[in-house]
Amino acid sequence: MSEPARSDRTHRDGARAVAPLAIAVVGFGVSFGVLARAAGMGTAAPIVMSMTTFAGSAQFAAASILGVGGTIASAVTAAVLLNARYAPIGVSVAPSLTGGRWSRFLHAQLTVDESWAIAAEGDGRYNPRVLIGAGVTLYAAWVAGTVLGVAFGDVIGDPSTWGLDAAFPALFLALLVPQLRTRRTIEAAVLGAGIALALTPFTPAGVPIIAASAACLLGLRATPRAEAGAEGDAP
Amino acid sequence: MSDAWAVVAIVGIVTIAIKSLGPMLLGGRPLPTRVNAVVALLAPALLAALVAVNTLGGDRALVLDARLPGVLAAAVAIRLKAPVLIVVIVAALVTAGIRAVAG
Repeated sequence: MSEPARSDRTHRDGARAVAPLAIAVVGFGVSFGVLARAAGMGTAAPIVMSMTTFAGSAQFAAASILGVGGTIASAVTAAVLLNARYAPIGVSVAPSLTGGRWSRFLHAQLTVDESWAIAAEGDGRYNPRVLIGAGVTLYAAWVAGTVLGVAFGDVIGDPSTWGLDAAFPALFLALLVPQLRTRRTIEAAVLGAGIALALTPFTPAGVPIIAASAACLLGLRATPRAEAGAEGDAP
Repeated sequence: MSDAWAVVAIVGIVTIAIKSLGPMLLGGRPLPTRVNAVVALLAPALLAALVAVNTLGGDRALVLDARLPGVLAAAVAIRLKAPVLIVVIVAALVTAGIRAVAG
């Protein structure tokens, strides 16, 4: 798959790339708003949570635990485990963020799975403009969806009726495939998926994903000479 | 109500801190070559894990449901070099269609 000059992409390219997914994100924002209200979180707290935490799976986990009468500690633990992957993700984008402290802070907060994946340039670098364009679009969609869900209740029904839950893995797959250009990235992908699937039945949600990041330790091996020459060749 | 606000405050602060950690401490400086080789593999490893868990993951179980055919259809669309928009729509349509038929 030949990609156009990925480092030339702008804010608008980021927003455009993530637009189809923003529709799904609005849908899930609505269902988060509905679930959070049903869980007794009131109206303001779910909206504030979407504005500050801005991480779908962690918010769903926390709200559903509160909804069944779980403790503050269990709700916080589940959410933090689900968001732990943002530590290595933050390290991966850090070298590409050359702005001042506040600029880096802003980029960090707008880094979510989808904006991070879209901003990837495939060589370990990330395009900060794309990160912002995609991140702002997703943020607006997520907060607007939450407000709609809290205010108007179940206007769209269960997003899974519309297959929106399959939209996310499809996007991640579409962003993964162009990266599988070397034997090493393929090995990391296979190992990451294997670790995640193997742990899913045995650990709380979030742990399989964070454990899968260990697959990147394959990078510690010396680069094979032959592969160094083949870098960039499509399989 | 106060439980909800406590959770919102703690999860919000911790999440902001987790996300900030790398960019605030390491921002703008190139990583050592060795570390860079590791971090470069983070995208394929995490993306593959996200694909796997979002396709087959359930509540502490692996589940086969309408998401899998949707994602397989997306894989075919990717193979045919469809744009990402089409890939995402194909996955949602196939999954929604199977759910509609299966009731």
